[in-house]
Amino acid sequence: MRRPVGAALLTAPLLLFLLVTFVAPIGAFLWRGVTDDEVRPVLPRTVVALASWNGTGTPGEEAFAALVEDLRAARSGDRGAIPRAAARLNADRPGFRGLLPMTARRVEAPFEGSARAAVLAISAEWGQPETWGAIARAGGPMSSFHVLAALDLRRDATGAVRQAPEDTRVFRTVLLRSLWISLLVTAVCLALGWPLAWLIATSRGLAATLLLAAVMLPFWISLVVRTAAWMVLLQREGIVNAALQAGGIIETPLPLLMNRFAVVLGMVHILLPFMVLPLVAAFRGLDPRLPRAAASLGAAPWRVFLRVTLPLSLPGVGAGCILVFIQALGFYVTPALLGGPNDQMLAWFVGFYATRSVNWGLAAALSIVLLVAVGLCVALYGRLAGFRRPGAA
Amino acid sequence: MDRRTILKGALAAAALPAAARAQGRDLTVVSWGGAYQDAQREVYFRPFQQQTRNRLLEETWDGGIGVLRSRIASGANTWDVVQVESEELLIGADEGLFEPLDWAAIGGKDAYIAEAVNDYGVGAILYSFIIAYDRARMAQGPANWADFFDTARFPGKRGMRKGPKTTLEMALMADGVAPAQVYEVLGTPAGVDRAFRKLDSIKADIAWFERGSQPPQWLAAGEVTLTVAYNGRISAANATDGRNFAIVWTNNIFTLDSWVIMKGSPNKAKAVEFLKFVGQPAVQAGLPPKIPYGVTAKGVNERLPAEVLANLPTAPQNIANALQLSDRFWLDNLDRLTQRFNTWVSR
Repeated sequence: MRRPVGAALLTAPLLLFLLVTFVAPIGAFLWRGVTDDEVRPVLPRTVVALASWNGTGTPGEEAFAALVEDLRAARSGDRGAIPRAAARLNADRPGFRGLLPMTARRVEAPFEGSARAAVLAISAEWGQPETWGAIARAGGPMSSFHVLAALDLRRDATGAVRQAPEDTRVFRTVLLRSLWISLLVTAVCLALGWPLAWLIATSRGLAATLLLAAVMLPFWISLVVRTAAWMVLLQREGIVNAALQAGGIIETPLPLLMNRFAVVLGMVHILLPFMVLPLVAAFRGLDPRLPRAAASLGAAPWRVFLRVTLPLSLPGVGAGCILVFIQALGFYVTPALLGGPNDQMLAWFVGFYATRSVNWGLAAALSIVLLVAVGLCVALYGRLAGFRRPGAA
Repeated sequence: MDRRTILKGALAAAALPAAARAQGRDLTVVSWGGAYQDAQREVYFRPFQQQTRNRLLEETWDGGIGVLRSRIASGANTWDVVQVESEELLIGADEGLFEPLDWAAIGGKDAYIAEAVNDYGVGAILYSFIIAYDRARMAQGPANWADFFDTARFPGKRGMRKGPKTTLEMALMADGVAPAQVYEVLGTPAGVDRAFRKLDSIKADIAWFERGSQPPQWLAAGEVTLTVAYNGRISAANATDGRNFAIVWTNNIFTLDSWVIMKGSPNKAKAVEFLKFVGQPAVQAGLPPKIPYGVTAKGVNERLPAEVLANLPTAPQNIANALQLSDRFWLDNLDRLTQRFNTWVSR
């Protein structure tokens, strides 16, 4: 059946809104993760000259001459562009932040003889293949540099992909840690949410309303406030430690804050409603006569649960788990406030590179990694469970 | 008045300030806000307006070279004098965002301490990273960085700033490197390894802070027994919250904020006049009693009460063995060492 055009038009403002406020800015940000546009405007001739270089030894005279010409042109044009290009190159090869502006200053005056000799006299760095490799890698317009960096990989001057040095490999560990924490939080939410949802779904009248309200209430309190409340409760001289000490249960305060325990606790507290609500919907949609019929036909209670109740509520379980898991994967505030240094998740690093070290390329590449991880999890879920609505099974 | 005249009037009003602004806006001075700018207002801004009959507008910012960059690039810069951190001074000077400073017009380079002199900026305040502990909980505290790293003599958590900057310098000094050699050693791969090895020895006992307000809070709550901190925050906690925190000045790491004049400022002459005014020792001497930062003109220390001077990074006994944070080093190495630091810290 064809829908009337008018109905489609009614959704146009919403689509436009989503496009302008959601898809476009996120797309523009992610785009930075796969492009490189800071070095080419400053060193256009050098990038072209390096295209034919094989990455071993130093490039030929024409690359040195192109570098000198580019730097002179940049000095007489937009002077701010050289430090910006240098900052990008510095992210690849430390030392560039000083090297490029210094070289630009020194080659400005005309000199006799070959460009190669003059540039090498300024700094021996220009005799290193990796110095030129960094410029070639940053030549853009498309670039795998940031995405590789987000996976602890890098290219050398010859273009071969290698592992990053052992002491700077961090992101794969962090990705695995994010997945593990999310999985843990999902499991705890399921274990706590299942009985609660069952209780809500099977109680009637005022009790059901009150129980549901208790689950919904946290939705109306800001996430930051709830996280901060845990800080007050869990800190060294906080309420929990004070109560345990007053009760004579412990002698010295327990370290409850700045660790994995606090992170999982805070996240479960925030995400529990997302598990309970789909489960309640699934249980309520479940025909109460079916378990009763199974029981009347002689099935033991555990058998009724395993063969009837559980399979019928699976879509709700799936929906709850995927909701909790995906939200947990992107958590930022709670681990940042409650966790220690080795409890930080991928989002913390995205924030770190976006706002603190102003390396937007890497921040965008990490976001891409996170997005792909979420996409794969959803696809896996779709494959295993199918996208049926809870209760519709 | 009908609608059309109102519209015309509005258009004229919108056009007028733009023209007026381009020709003769008031000198605009930008600083960090908060208690610091309140003190500056009393000591610098108001007296400057009264004594020189100049008008002065104040604004506040949170730093970031990108802000300055976009102001110059857009051509819509309304700031004249800005207080910047040392790193922004270095990058901004490189990128041509600031006017070169006419030192002769503000009293000459000899009128200031050597650390405050730069071709594009004049130092405004000095502040230090120091060791702090609570005398109420620990009578005999550490004396230097080696003690800070000594978990046998001083058990308990210690607060440090989350990031390689200052942390690696402290580790090297604790390992016996003299302040003058710190950046020489840190410039070599072996030196970086050495710093991380030293940090490894107390890794389990470090609580990492990310905001300057955390160290005094943690000390007060007993979360940490020792901590790295900004000297101003510790003095403020003592002065206003009735704390009895001790500051260890041995080998403190200090840095400066500087005044710069934005490139192309139409108020350059007034800006220089302002810098000359706030560069006088008699004027600068008013600031430290209100907020415990060191100031940069020579001859201020003699004008300060002894108890104020003792809590300043610029007191002779405090600055004697101090290390100045090297912005040049960190500009080149921050990316690489941050990556390594993040890896190390999250293992």
